[in-house]
Amino acid sequence: MKTTRRAALKAGAALGLTSLALPSVARAASGSVVVIGAGFGGATAARYLKAASPSLEVTLVERETSILTCPFSNGVIAGYNTMADITRSLDGVRAAGVKVVKGEATAIDTAARSVRMADGTQLAYDRLVVSPGIDLNYEGLPGYSAAAAEILPHAWKAGPQTLLLRNQLEAMPDGGTFIVVAPANPFRCPPGPYERISLVASYFKAKKPKSKILVFDAKDAFSKQGLFQSAWESEFPGMVAWIAGKDGGKVEKVDAQAKTVTSGFGTEKGDVINVIPPQRAGAIAVAAGLTGDNGWCPVDPMTFASTKAQHVYVVGDSSIAGAMPKSGSSANAQAKVAAAAIIASLDGKPAPAPALFNICYSLVNPNYGISVADVYQATDKGIVPTPNAGGVSVAKPTSLNERALEALYAVSWYRNISADTWG
Amino acid sequence: MRGILVTLGAIALACPAAAQASGPTGQAMAQNCYVCHGPAGRSAPPIPSIARMPADFLRGRMMEFKSGQLPSTVMARIAKGYSDEQIVAISDYLASLK
Ligand SMILES: Cc1cc2nc3c(=O)[nH]c(=O)nc-3n(C[C@H](O)[C@H](O)[C@H](O)COP(=O)(O)OP(=O)(O)OC[C@H]3O[C@@H](n4cnc5c(N)ncnc54)[C@H](O)[C@@H]3O)c2cc1C
Repeated sequence: MKTTRRAALKAGAALGLTSLALPSVARAASGSVVVIGAGFGGATAARYLKAASPSLEVTLVERETSILTCPFSNGVIAGYNTMADITRSLDGVRAAGVKVVKGEATAIDTAARSVRMADGTQLAYDRLVVSPGIDLNYEGLPGYSAAAAEILPHAWKAGPQTLLLRNQLEAMPDGGTFIVVAPANPFRCPPGPYERISLVASYFKAKKPKSKILVFDAKDAFSKQGLFQSAWESEFPGMVAWIAGKDGGKVEKVDAQAKTVTSGFGTEKGDVINVIPPQRAGAIAVAAGLTGDNGWCPVDPMTFASTKAQHVYVVGDSSIAGAMPKSGSSANAQAKVAAAAIIASLDGKPAPAPALFNICYSLVNPNYGISVADVYQATDKGIVPTPNAGGVSVAKPTSLNERALEALYAVSWYRNISADTWG
Repeated sequence: MRGILVTLGAIALACPAAAQASGPTGQAMAQNCYVCHGPAGRSAPPIPSIARMPADFLRGRMMEFKSGQLPSTVMARIAKGYSDEQIVAISDYLASLK
């Protein structure tokens, strides 16, 4: 951090509200934008900002050297994909002219407009994008903790947890019981637990056909439920038992040493237990005071500007985006909206109308895909799906062979969204 | 009459500025296609590319998806989310890309 810049920043902060009242042209489009997190939301924001306004100085902060994506991590868990398949380099982001800073953002001074890094450096910004994804809310589930997750993996952030769950499933004997604990809404990737159950069932069917999958769910309904349940019946008859919250599926506690899960249903022992705990916005969003009472970040649905701090935008899983699911696809779309709004605001212009869209493909097995898609409207009442449009794949496949086609499209989607996000 | 105008004005003021505009631009909507069809519409197959195609062709396809005339896995669900004017704007923008 250059001293002159720091000094200028301090002086600006001292001016406080006066500087906010100045016409925004004073800060001009050739300002600096810092982005926290190089996942789906952050990397898209950084690349789209730089592409739309090459004179902007865009700095992307990321703790990891490369990104491991959650999409297709269920394929790794079931043995159909490798870690290399889900690894994305940040070289394409650098090639786009974005400065990538490796490290942990530990605090945000929203008054002085500066991000503090773990090594003590400060990054000044005119506008800030925060896209830190989720953090796990261990306190939300008695008996669960970071230590317990080493025995009962969550695998809800791709990385060592993904491999841990994979290894446990590989070591599990045929005839074993795999328990999945699924959380209440809202959480990252609403169809994710059910895609995982499907792909693991597909692996069991091939390699450990006597095994069972027991799902304890805090909810009474879930994403693409009809499609998933009919696929479980047709592809893996008798293998998957799903217990809804109202039927005792809500887990009260887990015991890592005993490898048990306790719910209204009683106490069940599992050979392998995947606990997907409640979640909240990434820790940096909480530390910066960007979250509301429910642990997620309220934003203006038109721009994804934080309602808690000026000149800060929150996109992706951390944001409260109405009906949009917490997905990589949503994060990508929201990042484009925030990028356009930031450029307009630095130019002193009103934000353009947002265009919001999401698609989530899920695989039941590598040749059986289903999807949910929606075009969204940002309204005074928040973000809502467009009526009489969107929704899930056909209930009964036609001669088009929808399940096989959508399985191919899922892979194609992954390559294309990766290229759009990371270059 | 005057009363109605005043009331309408008050409602308009209560809305965020963006909501008063005519909706998202063709560019903003087209950028949402890229998650499946690749950056600038250039796709890694089998999802087809939508880059370097005439606007009329793209619009025609979208309208046929919307009506169901052209069978699809997901495109009918998506096309129904856009008005005919929005489909024109998206097609024009995509066709304008080099
Ligand atoms: C099993 C599973 C399957 C999924 N499948 C799909 C799918 O098929 N399609 C889909 O659209 N979505 C899918 N998702 C959801 C998708 O992964 C998330 O919605 C998406 O990653 C959200 O993007 P984000 O930018 O909000 O967060 P992330 O992509 O998690 O990015 C956040 C980044 O910020 C970094 N970071 C956080 N805090 C800091 C800090 N303080 N300093 C520095 N760096 C920091 C993190 O290291 C991370 O790289 C799936 C999720 C799971 C768990």
